[in-house]
Formats: sequence, structure tokens, C-alpha cells
Amino acid sequence: MATQTGETAATSKRSFLRADAAQKLLAFSALIIIFIFFSLASPFFRTPDNVSSILVATAVNGVLALGVTFVIITAGIDLSVGTVMTLSAVMTGVAVTNRGLPIPVGIIVGLLTGTTAGLISGLMIARMKIPPFIATLGMMMIARGLSLVISDVKPIYFNDTPVFREIMMGSVVGALIPGLSVPNAVFILFGAALVAAFILGKTVLGRYAVAIGSNEEATRLSGVNVANWLTAVYALGGAFSGLAGVMIASRLNSAQPALGIGYELEAIAAVVIGGTSLSGGEGTILGTVIGALIISTLTNGLRILSVPQEWQMVITGVIVVLAVYIDIIRRRGK
Amino acid sequence: MSDYLVKMQGIDKSFPGVRALDEARFDLRTGEVHALVGENGAGKSTLMKILSGIYRMDAGQIILKDNEVEIPSPRAAQDLGISMIHQEINLMNHLTLAQNVYIGREPRGVVRFMLDENKLNAQTKELFASMRLNLDPRTKAADLTVAKQQMVEIAKALSFNSQVLIMDEPTAALTEAEIDELFRIIRELRNKGVGIVYISHRLEELKQISDRITVMRDGRTIDTVDAQTCSIDQIISMMVGRTIFEAAPEIPEKPSQDIALEVRNLNRGDVIRDVSFQLKKGEILGFAGLMGAGRTEVARAVFGADPVDSGEFFVNGELVQIKSPKDAVAHGIGYLSEDRKRYGLALGMDVEENIALAGFSKFLGRLGTVNQTAIRDTATHYVDTLQIKTPSVEQRVRNLSGGNQQKVVIGKWLTADTEILIFDEPTRGIDVGAKSEIYHLLNDLAQQGKSIIMISSELPEILRMSHRIVVMCEGRITGELSSADATQEEIMRYATQRRVLVSANGEPTNDQGIEQNGVG
Ligand SMILES: Nc1ncnc2c1ncn2[C@@H]1O[C@H](COP(=O)(O)OP(=O)(O)OP(=O)(O)O)[C@@H](O)[C@H]1O
Ligand SMILES: [Mg+2]
Repeated sequence: MATQTGETAATSKRSFLRADAAQKLLAFSALIIIFIFFSLASPFFRTPDNVSSILVATAVNGVLALGVTFVIITAGIDLSVGTVMTLSAVMTGVAVTNRGLPIPVGIIVGLLTGTTAGLISGLMIARMKIPPFIATLGMMMIARGLSLVISDVKPIYFNDTPVFREIMMGSVVGALIPGLSVPNAVFILFGAALVAAFILGKTVLGRYAVAIGSNEEATRLSGVNVANWLTAVYALGGAFSGLAGVMIASRLNSAQPALGIGYELEAIAAVVIGGTSLSGGEGTILGTVIGALIISTLTNGLRILSVPQEWQMVITGVIVVLAVYIDIIRRRGK
Repeated sequence: MSDYLVKMQGIDKSFPGVRALDEARFDLRTGEVHALVGENGAGKSTLMKILSGIYRMDAGQIILKDNEVEIPSPRAAQDLGISMIHQEINLMNHLTLAQNVYIGREPRGVVRFMLDENKLNAQTKELFASMRLNLDPRTKAADLTVAKQQMVEIAKALSFNSQVLIMDEPTAALTEAEIDELFRIIRELRNKGVGIVYISHRLEELKQISDRITVMRDGRTIDTVDAQTCSIDQIISMMVGRTIFEAAPEIPEKPSQDIALEVRNLNRGDVIRDVSFQLKKGEILGFAGLMGAGRTEVARAVFGADPVDSGEFFVNGELVQIKSPKDAVAHGIGYLSEDRKRYGLALGMDVEENIALAGFSKFLGRLGTVNQTAIRDTATHYVDTLQIKTPSVEQRVRNLSGGNQQKVVIGKWLTADTEILIFDEPTRGIDVGAKSEIYHLLNDLAQQGKSIIMISSELPEILRMSHRIVVMCEGRITGELSSADATQEEIMRYATQRRVLVSANGEPTNDQGIEQNGVG
């Protein structure tokens, strides 16, 4: 055993480049290329106003995708994030508009709603052993139904509380530094991403999410309470959905109970483009943010070029498949 | 206080359809190495999984240092100072070695839920150093060879500073040098008063390392004997419940001269370098070499499981394309992988489905319907002939003992009517009785005209079974011997023939190989 030092060191360095940096670099270059392409195609594309609206559009999907990243890293899936987001928005609306509670309380209600939904999904998966796909499919329908029931199928507007809209669309930075009116939405996204990166990289929860996704049985045999941690991961995912709920309510200045379906797929697409493996065990927050940016840049650019919405979907679909395929080829090369 | 660390009495455990343990008993003293032996499926792993909190016993008593204890979870076992190295490697491939070793016990940072990665790595480095294990704690587990992974598992178990350390076939994947190192560690721990349970099918090891030996059969404890005074033959007869006498080395009859498979100039990166060989009809060709010599890689290449850089395959004299396992199967080549868990078996499927898998087209009716009766008959046939220990052919393969899983893989390829069979470490983790059955089986197959490549790290096995022996080292073939005049020493000489020594014109081509030994 007295040998192999050099080799091991070299391998680990190579694997670091391979697994983490390479994927991010790839996704990042893709983002740049897409950006340059649209900039050349339309001068309007790169105006500050448009870039800002891309970022705002990324915010909601990005935050959803952050939560989904954790779930997918455990080799699970969460189909309920879109409708749970809506349910959280509705609950915030009920608290703030119908009950007249202060806005911070409304925000907390939204976050708790999402967390509770995630917690329940997690319990179904970890305790009742229902496969994640089914459990969260059920939660997706439950949350959608509840949103409609609670709101009486009508949007809840935040017209009495104009400050609420400022959460997303206002600009704290703009107030401090005139001329730099970056909407708060962007900071919320990056703040949430920092929190997510911290949880994934530096805390026990993140470590066990990776461990469970990598080899659940081995993790269990190591004495880790897999059921509890798995539940916690889904609850965390739910918390991000709750945050997204508050964000979308603020952005639309209303809770739209019919919204939500489709958001989960877009979030999953962002995660996957960002290099998180659906078979679990690997994934990065930076990757997910870049993935979300790619999707919204693409959507925005195609709209500016007046590509019909149907074709936008087709192109986004192709990009998702392509991104995953490139990732597979890259891995095979090792 | 008695000098018993652990006493297990009257342990019963049933799984659906299987009585895995039947009033089994076992005891362990402080500072002893207690070997646990028995045929595949005897219940060794099950008994120890009960002690380490993975299974709950149906009835029985566990006494730890005079107190009766309950062990409901792996965590509880750890807290009682019991840790176990499992038969199958259980690492999280995406985590680093340090993260793997201390999973569940990570050093925390200023805030409780934060991890202290630097401390984690430092701690692991220290642990590895104490084992003279030269690995970087920040390497990902996936980047290690199986042998090194096994060493990391051992390190992990040691890191608990347990009083009771259970090792379930720890040497199955290790090289000689690593086994020596492991034994050194075991002796050191024994001197510190740790009680060690040592499960192994390599009976020769027992004399070397153990103090007492307990033999199990059919879920029952047969006897506990002193390792020094009991002969291996006695142990074997207790294991199988009869005296089997080892047949003298039997070289099967001479093969014909027809060439079943020829491989020419096979190359794949660093791991396969210009490998060419011929396999005759009815021949058993042994592939010897140290672990990591590239034998498995050659097998996988011939089977189409990995892409190659260059090389030609001839089956029965005809040039064929083998780009995928499907092509290989179509040309009558079967591969029994050394890592059955990962490549050889669909663990979630049952015994009969696994046996039918590779030869599935045989069981299809004209309309593409599956002939379930034929599958059942075939599966039952192989369960009988290979003596696979399973309650029924409908048992999930996951629930079989390690050795019996191996037999299912063999049954699978026999069903597929393959003419060329590659056996990669076919007897790893297999008990003595089953081993000689597998040897007989190989002989029978060769006699029926099938051609066999047998990769094995056990030299006596290679010498005993093969007509010819090919020796590999560092991805190239360094020697070919006829088994009549081969000796272990000669094989070892070729197996360690590093590149410097074989460079054609006497010029050393590189200088790094020579002192390396047993490197994965
Ligand atoms: N989870 C399970 N479900 C059903 N049956 C099981 C399970 N685990 C073990 N068994 C059965 O219990 C018996 C004892 O198995 P065990 O794994 O303890 O054998 P072993 O002595 O360790 O054998 P080997 O040397 O092959 O590893 C076998 O018949 C096996 O099929
Ligand atoms: Mg076993």
C-alpha cells in the first residue's frame, strides 16, 4: 500500500475538474453563446430594461429550481412545486388581503404553507414508502385543488397593500444608488441561491442529501436516519416553493389560483440543464441558477424574435435533451 | 464480569419462506479474533447483521458485557461500540473518502448544523496514516479501485474505535499486500482488547489470523473450536455436514485445435495494451495477474461492455464486430462479471427472471408471448444442478446470500447457450463445497466443447483448472504458459514483470513501474 500517492492525487484533481468545473463551464458558455446570439439578432435584446426583465422572469423559476435541486440530488423528484407555489401565493393572499394581516405575517404564512406541503410529501416518501413520483403527483393535485377551493376560483388581489408589489418589483438598490434600479427580484434570487449553496455545501442536510442520492442503503447502514433527512429535504424544497409563491404573488400583484401547472417541469428542466444528475448524488446550485437563466434567456430572446410560443416550447425541449446528452457524452469520456 | 464481550443465544430469524437462523449462538471474548465460517446461505451475514442492528431478531438474547441489550438500528449498534464491515462495498461514490468515513459523525463548525470540512479531512488523514493507507481524503470514492474501497471501508469501521468489530469477507477483493496489512491491523486491535468477528471463505486464512472458529450450517451453530488445534478438513466437514474429499488437481481433457475466439491487437488507453490471444474449443484458458492488471478490462472489451481504441475479434475464424454486449451475446459470448451486484444481476427481479434474462428469446412464443412454464422449468433445473439455496425460483435475487447470487449468474449464462464463457473471479465469496461444484461445472462445460476464459487471482485455482495460462501485467500480456509446466512462482514472475523489464530493445522505456506492487 506504500504506493499510488501520485496517482491518487492526480486522479482527484482531474475528477474535480471533470465533475464540477467542467459542467459549470459548459453551461456557462452555453448561456454566453445564447446571449451573444440574441444580441446580434436583435439590438433590443441587450438593453438594460430587457436584461432586467430576463432576470425578473428567472427569479420565480430559479427559486423553484433551487428547491428541486435538493430533491433531485437525493435521486427523487418533486412534481408538486408549481401548484404548491400557487397554494402558498393563495394563502399569502388570504392572510394579507382577506384577513388584513401585516405583510411580514403574510410572507411567513406563504413560507409555512410551502414547507408544510413539502413536509407531507417527504413523510409520504420516507415513511410510507410511496415512490416520489407518485407522492408528489398526488401533492401536485391536492395543492391545486386546495388553491381553487380556498380562493373560490377567483384571483386575490393585493390592491389594498401597494407595498406588497414592491417586494419583487421595487428596487432597494435603486433607492440607494440612483441609476442602478435593479429590481429586488434579482437580489431575492441570488440571496436564495446563496442560502441554497450554503446548505448544500456546508451543512449536514446538504451532505446527507448527496449521500442518500449516491447510495441510500450505504447511508442507512452508516447509522444516518435516512427517513428523517429525506423528509427534511422535501420540506426544504417546499420552503423554496413557498418563497416562490410569495414572489409570484408580488410580481403579479395577485394570487392566481389557476396558475402553477407546468412550472414544475420548467424547474426540473433548469436543474437538469445545470448538470444535476437525475440518478442522484451530484448537482450544484450554481449549475441550477445558470440552467434557469438559460431557459428564461431563451424564452425572452425567442419572444423578441417573434418566434411563436408553440415553437418556443419545441426549442426549449430540444435544448433540454441536448444539454443532458452533452452531459452524458462528457461523463462517458472519463 | 466475565471475559465475554458478546454472547448471542437462541437467535431465531426468518425471512418470508426462509428460516435463516435457527437457535444460533455465538460468543466473542475481549481481545480475540473469532472466525465465523459456513457454506453460502448458512446464515453468517444474517447473524452479524442482527448484532449490528440491521435486522431485528425474532427470538433470542444478546448479552453485551453481562447486560442484555436491544439493538434496534445501526446507530444503536454504533453507540454500543459495535461496527461492521459489510460483505458488499457500501460507499457513497459521489462523496470524498473523508466524507464517507465520517458520514453521520461529521465534525461540526461554529453552528451545530454546519460542517467543518478541514477538520474532517485532517481527521481522516490521521486515520489513514495509522493504517499506513496512502490515500488522499479528498478523493472521490468512485475514483478508487475495489481493493482500495475495501480498505476505506475498513478504515471507516476502525474509526468508530469499536469494542466489537465485525468483518464480513474483508479480504475477498484485496491483494496479498493489502491482506498482510489488514492482518497487521487486526492483530494490533486484538492486542488492544477489541473483539473481532471474521467471516471468510478462505479457510487457509483462518489458521493465520483467528483464535477460535465457529462453524454454522443451515442457520444453526454447529460448534466452536480452537483454531490452532482443529484441522481445516475437520472444519470443512462440519461446514458441509459430511466429509467431502477434495479431488486431486484435475486438468480436463485436451481441447481440440479449432480456435473458438481470437483477439488481435486489442488496445484501450492505458489499461489494455496490444493484447492478443487465442482460445481453443473446449479449452479453459486461465487469466492470471495481480489485481488491476487489466484482466477484467480485457474481458469487458471482448464482451463489448467498454469501447476500445483498436483491436479485432475472430469468432470461429470469422472477423466479427463486437460493439455492445448484445453483439457479444449474438456471437455466443457470455460474461460473468466479478462485481455481480453492479453488472451481473437485476437484484430486484426474482431468480427465474434473472436466469432467463440473457437467453430470453428462447422463451418467446411465435407471437412474442413469454412461455412462463419453460422459464420455470429451466430455472428449476439450474437451481437444482447448481444447488442454489433459495426458498423458490420466485425469490428476489437481492435476498439471496452472496454466494448464491453468484450461482444465479452462472445459471443465467448457461441458459443463454453461450459457446464462449468468460468467468471473472467465479469463486470469489463462494464456499468450499460450491467451489468444487463450480470447478466440476467448468470441466463439464469444457468437455461439452464450450470454451472458457477464467480470470482468477487465486493461483492454485488457475493452476488446477486451466489448460493454458495467460499472465497479464499493467495491461499487457507478459507470459503464456501451459499449465503442465507452470508453477506459482513462474506466474508471479510474469505477473510482476513491469514495463522496464519487457522493453524490447533493452532500453528502459519508463522508470516508474518497478517498485510498484499490487496497485489497482
Ligand atoms: N433480506 C432477506 N430476505 C430474505 N431472505 C434472506 C434475506 N437475507 C438473507 N436471506 C436468506 O437467509 C439465508 C442466510 O443468508 P446469509 O446472507 O446470512 O448467508 P451467508 O452465510 O452470509 O452466506 P454467504 O457466504 O453466501 O454470504 C439465505 O438463505 C438467504 O437467502
Ligand atoms: Mg454473507
